[in-house]
Amino acid sequence: MITTSTRNFRRGLLGLTGLTAALAMTACGVNSDPQGGTESEGAEGASGPVTVGSADFPESQILAEIYAGALNAAGIEADTQLNIGSREIYFQALVDGSVDVIPDYSGNLLLFLDSAATAESAEDIVTALPEALEAETPDMNLGILEPAEAENKDAMVVTAATAEEYGLTSIEDMAEVCDELVIGAPSTFTERAYGLPGLEENYGCVPKSFEAINDGGGAVTLEALLNDTIQAADIYTTTPSIADNDLVVLEDPANNFIAQQVIPLVNLDTVGEDAQAVLNEVSSMLTTDDLIALNREVSGDEKRNPADAAADWLEEKGLAG
Amino acid sequence: MDYSSSNLLVQMFEWLTFGPNWSGPEGIPVRVVEHLGYTALTILIAAAVAVPIGLLVGHTGRGRIFIVSGVGILRALPTLGVLILFVLLAGLGLMPPIWALVLLAVPPILAGVYAGISSVNPAVVDAARSMGMSELQVLFRVELPNGLQVILGGFRAAVLQVVATAAVVAFINLGGLGVFLIEGTQLRDNGRLFGGAVVIAVVAIAVDGVMALLQRFAVSPGLRTSRIPVEPSKTGGQEAHASSQGGTT
Repeated sequence: MITTSTRNFRRGLLGLTGLTAALAMTACGVNSDPQGGTESEGAEGASGPVTVGSADFPESQILAEIYAGALNAAGIEADTQLNIGSREIYFQALVDGSVDVIPDYSGNLLLFLDSAATAESAEDIVTALPEALEAETPDMNLGILEPAEAENKDAMVVTAATAEEYGLTSIEDMAEVCDELVIGAPSTFTERAYGLPGLEENYGCVPKSFEAINDGGGAVTLEALLNDTIQAADIYTTTPSIADNDLVVLEDPANNFIAQQVIPLVNLDTVGEDAQAVLNEVSSMLTTDDLIALNREVSGDEKRNPADAAADWLEEKGLAG
Repeated sequence: MDYSSSNLLVQMFEWLTFGPNWSGPEGIPVRVVEHLGYTALTILIAAAVAVPIGLLVGHTGRGRIFIVSGVGILRALPTLGVLILFVLLAGLGLMPPIWALVLLAVPPILAGVYAGISSVNPAVVDAARSMGMSELQVLFRVELPNGLQVILGGFRAAVLQVVATAAVVAFINLGGLGVFLIEGTQLRDNGRLFGGAVVIAVVAIAVDGVMALLQRFAVSPGLRTSRIPVEPSKTGGQEAHASSQGGTT
């Protein structure tokens, strides 16, 4: 997903800032954590100050701002530590107590915890997560809360014209004409489980050829798709350009791309039941369309601040207090 | 592949010594050949553009401002950004990324040719003219051989820069050694990432070594020995050489 995605050239820089931030937080984490001595007491009814972290890409920052905003509106003191880095780094920040909440994606979180996990559907993944968390961090009380309907995952995307020409609505349809199609995706699509190996195994689809485009489903991928250099592309489902260009996201009945629901990953020792209830409330209202709209505001021409976009969303959903 | 350690250097070593990485259409040798192929194509195109301009400006002395400012502007362009721009404008394919690299290679070649020609001792040029040589004869028989050392220095700098930067073409499906960097980053495969970086560095150093030899042996031996007693020529050549080298690296 996005964190394991191809924002290579940005990641160098952001990764560095994220690492610095994580190190800085590690350094002060022990002393600044007011709950430091109470870990064994387990979840309390009321929460102390909660720190919400985020990964190093805009959508994660927006989600962190939404979580923090909703908590503050409910009278629970919350601040943010944005742009911490990739999953390896922010998970460590959660383990060492620098942050208490992270917005994560269910499927990739599970694969991070257990690379041999076989769960594919949204329900199976959410069921498997607590056990995987327990196995990975036996000394911690980490947990997941309610998943949102909102999802952001890789998907096979075609233009409306291509969909019409071949009668495509799902990857199953695409499999029948696969040998006529050129697929464009990041280089590693050739080796990832959901990439060419998965398409062949799950659908028997071997494309005519493969074009590596390492911009994470960005402008170059879109351009190649629109001018028919490639006919199918791997683009994240919350990318605004899908709707903006009438692209068609092909259905995935065989769960080749495993579910990636937005889900709060929390330290249950420091996030009390009141805070959990607030985050579950957020999850219950967050849809994929919301994510697309929020991404468009922040990453599109408007270039809005994630905090402002998050505040508007909370206002709209009646969570602003 | 699985590594026996989480240590970066161990992973890098294991990746570099893993047999299958050295064979097949996606193995290191094929990637090296691709990488050098893109470099050669880039240098050829850049030379075709830069050498005539450099010769003209160096010989006539006209348009020096154009060279100085133009070279500076080109050097400020970020190659990856230009590559993405060209790919967006012209679509996927071989040439858009190559043109982005050409923009990187033109400045050092242009500066080297211009500096090489204009650094030739004016007394030598005047002597050639007084012997009745035409302007073209002066340029190709006197100025070019005398300035060759500096000119090749410009080429050497250009080749080194392009070899080191050609990794960006892996942004689209052109392969080359950049593939290992991109895949290594995407898969968090540090052995592949740093192993790939080491291969690029080794190739760059090897190519630079070849260029250094070429630079040494391409210049006429007679010219080299004759430069020692002719004091003004030596000084002029050395200065231009130094400024060209300093500016292009």
